[in-house]
Amino acid sequence: MKTPRLLLALAALAVAGRAQDTIKVGEYASLTGKEAGFGQTSHHGVVLAIEEINAAGGVLGKKLELAYEDNQTKPGESATAAKKLISRDKVIALIGEVSSTRSLEAAPIAQAAHVPMIAPAATNPKVTQTGNYIFRVCFIDPFQGTVMAKFAKEEVHAKRVAVMSSVSNAYSLGLAKFFKETFIAGGGEIATEKNFSEGDKDFRAQLTAVKAAGVDAVFVPGYYTECALIVRQARDLGITVPFLGGDGWEDEQLLGIGGEALNGCFYSTHFSAENTDPAVAKFVTKYKSRWNAEVPGAFSALGYDAIYVLADAIKRAGTTESAKLRDALAATKGIAGPSGITTLDKDRNASKAATIIALKGGKAVFFKTVAP
Amino acid sequence: MSEFLQQLLNGLSLGAIYALIALGYTMVYGVLRFINFAHSDVFMVGAFIGYYVGKLVPEGTLWGGMIVLIASMVGCAILGMTIERLAYRPLRGAATLNVLITAIGVSLLLEYSGQVFFGAAPRTFPQIFPSANFSVGGLVISTNQLAVILVAVLLMIGLQFIVYRTKIGTAMRAVSLNPKAAQLVGVNNDVVISFTFGLGSALAAAGGILYALNYPSIDPLMGVMPGLKAFVAAVLGGIGNIPGAALGGLILGTVETFVNGSQWSTYKDAIAFAILIIILLFRPAGLLGKFTVEKV
Repeated sequence: MKTPRLLLALAALAVAGRAQDTIKVGEYASLTGKEAGFGQTSHHGVVLAIEEINAAGGVLGKKLELAYEDNQTKPGESATAAKKLISRDKVIALIGEVSSTRSLEAAPIAQAAHVPMIAPAATNPKVTQTGNYIFRVCFIDPFQGTVMAKFAKEEVHAKRVAVMSSVSNAYSLGLAKFFKETFIAGGGEIATEKNFSEGDKDFRAQLTAVKAAGVDAVFVPGYYTECALIVRQARDLGITVPFLGGDGWEDEQLLGIGGEALNGCFYSTHFSAENTDPAVAKFVTKYKSRWNAEVPGAFSALGYDAIYVLADAIKRAGTTESAKLRDALAATKGIAGPSGITTLDKDRNASKAATIIALKGGKAVFFKTVAP
Repeated sequence: MSEFLQQLLNGLSLGAIYALIALGYTMVYGVLRFINFAHSDVFMVGAFIGYYVGKLVPEGTLWGGMIVLIASMVGCAILGMTIERLAYRPLRGAATLNVLITAIGVSLLLEYSGQVFFGAAPRTFPQIFPSANFSVGGLVISTNQLAVILVAVLLMIGLQFIVYRTKIGTAMRAVSLNPKAAQLVGVNNDVVISFTFGLGSALAAAGGILYALNYPSIDPLMGVMPGLKAFVAAVLGGIGNIPGAALGGLILGTVETFVNGSQWSTYKDAIAFAILIIILLFRPAGLLGKFTVEKV
């Protein structure tokens, strides 16, 4: 995995001298750190899409060139990375991020500089509300929250649910809010609400309180590092009810840390490699051969789609000039990709089907898709 | 009632880990009068040594677990002594502030070289000891939690024995009281200080393994928060005082757990630290610390 990135960096250096022949696209992602899984998968999708487009002759007769920065999953670094990409690398558009909190950091900078930004998987509604230069290619949390609330009621038959959210995370708080609204409106009861912070390792205190509340299911909108530990500790404490989550659960590490404890849990996401749709199957084959048999995740598909949406907009705009590119992006319609068909609405959001994944026997299996 | 007892158990097992790390801070402070900020990163290295050695022994066996624990303690003792030899000894006699800054430097060096050597992504710590859960009247007890409390208590008793009942312990206390006078009566300060670092680092390693067993996701920055809390625990109990560090750790762990389980879970760190401030207002030297007036 190191070598291709190194080669890419060398290739980037080699062409830096004749920057005029290429179109520079910037990407900031959490390639290392606590949520490295998010950044690595989306980055792999982005690189694959760029290589494919370049192999097919590029856009407007020019090759796409990727300049990327690692924000190390740290607060504050995304803003720095976005500034660096815009001012030093003079990128024409930004791709990033998977996390809503980190996307919200970079969005005002992209907006102020009038550089279009496409978030592959930031699902919090506030991200695109930052301004008219901010777009996304995924669904938003009001939809995801509704899907999971209905799922809790109809499939899990839960009447009393506990919600545990991460206080320092815009994604987690937003998703928890939309889940609660729909669940209560559907006649359900939120028995208890507990909070934790990013980077916490001990959740036994909150879980003991959840256990005492006697619930049918627990909704934990958080990221895989915390959620896997939460479920594990819950099982240790004798909580046997299903845990439900959102797309923040999507990473191999979830099962690496949680293992068998996760059996009987569900989460919603954007994509499943097991989907039999021919577009998905083709993407999975290409992705696996490019990245040493790594199975693509939701963020791989969304990173890949973000680049195709951008390339399509550049073609339609006929230029990379920022205002025209923005208008072309805003008019994006019917771009088919592995994560579904991308059509951007007036709020610059996409509306796509949600996939529900079941965790069974230490594996993540496709359960069903829910249309928007 | 069973919820209360469960929370108490959760709190005590978290507090026992804080106490183990706090002992290292307190010992070094007791002997050298400076805060070894790199201590929390030795804790992290301890967990990583456990991770790598844990792959070599079969999972879930008692002897395998003991090998991992001992290997990690020995490895960290060597690391602790090396840090002291290379970074702190040349500065002995310099202003305390210089040593303090060096300690912060060593801490950052360990954290970020850890990211290079171990990778920044979190790893899953293997279940090296056999584990089981059993319930007693609604109370769920995991063997991991019991092991944490048990190992912490045993190590603390051992430490108390070393400091008060052995020759090297007497020398440690002599150096702590007056390093120059200790040297005059034939104590080799270098050996004593080296030993103190080794012992403290071994305790940090044990803390790291126990922490990783309970929270099996480890990364190079995992020491930062527990280290900070343990430092607070050491100050709370009276820095330089060994039973004080243990008491401080237990109080902090229990308070944090009870706040976390209540409706104010958002403010857990704020409340834990507010308690520290209040206790220090009334007892400036910590709960068990002795407040001594500097004589001129």
